[in-house]
Amino acid sequence: MRKGLRLIAPLLPAAFAIGASFGVLARASHFSAVAAVVMSATTFAGSSQVAAASILGAGGGIAAAVLAALLLNLRYTPMGVVVAQSFHGLPVWRRLAQAQLLVDESWALAGGGTKRFDRRMMLGMGAAMWFAWVGGTAAGAVLGSVVNDVSAFGLDGAFAALFLALLIAQVANRRALAAAVLGAAIAAALTPLTPPGLPIIVATAAVLVGWTRG
Amino acid sequence: MSAAWITVIATGVGTVVLKAVGPVGVAGRELPPRVASLLSMVGPAILAALVVTETFAHGRSLVVDARIAGVAAGAAAVLLRAPLWAVVLAGAVATAAVRALS
Repeated sequence: MRKGLRLIAPLLPAAFAIGASFGVLARASHFSAVAAVVMSATTFAGSSQVAAASILGAGGGIAAAVLAALLLNLRYTPMGVVVAQSFHGLPVWRRLAQAQLLVDESWALAGGGTKRFDRRMMLGMGAAMWFAWVGGTAAGAVLGSVVNDVSAFGLDGAFAALFLALLIAQVANRRALAAAVLGAAIAAALTPLTPPGLPIIVATAAVLVGWTRG
Repeated sequence: MSAAWITVIATGVGTVVLKAVGPVGVAGRELPPRVASLLSMVGPAILAALVVTETFAHGRSLVVDARIAGVAAGAAAVLLRAPLWAVVLAGAVATAAVRALS
């Protein structure tokens, strides 16, 4: 547990700061402060929350916002499957609750995808991330209600940079690169043609490059 | 109920389920490799689409504005192996600076 907290500590200011940015963005996208904090506490997955709030803020529909967010969170299913063995023997409700502390950072630092996955370590790190993320969101949501023009802070450009950084971290091989390039091309081509949000969802069809290249 | 609240609740419930599928439903089995491989590409495809729309989309048009400076600064920060918060900060500062000057 102590080792886990030492590993996760450098990431907590980032979670707080990005949580605060999400809080400001959510306010600008017509979320109440409470809705922003509830989303961080329940969804607890940064990129999907930013995507959903951005799509709503840009005038996209609810369905597009939710679908884009859930597609981004689809990765948690295989991540959860590969560590499922470590939950063996626990009652169902505890597995359900503990699974919510799976986030990219807690999963990876606790050895997700290896045979040495440490569930207790994941729980400690996930809980620390949760407090930083929810606390940051609350701070940002309060701040967001006093600033009138968030574009002056460059938050839109900041989130584009955030998505780029997350993308670079996920492009691990040539097929992932091909999916990324194709996804970007689909989004660019569809933006003038469809309502906001839809290009992002259709871009997921880019994974089909994996079918043909086996 | 507002659009924001519906989005918050639907996304929250959906994400709880996606996270719980493995720990609750699967006892140590693994996904077929082909399914796992396809799922692993959803992230890159959708993140790349988000980079494009967050950088260039303005409603239904594609424009080049101050956001591109933010993305460039963020990319430079990634290349310098800066932590994620520094990438976000660099993106915000560069976007705000170019916007204030233009």
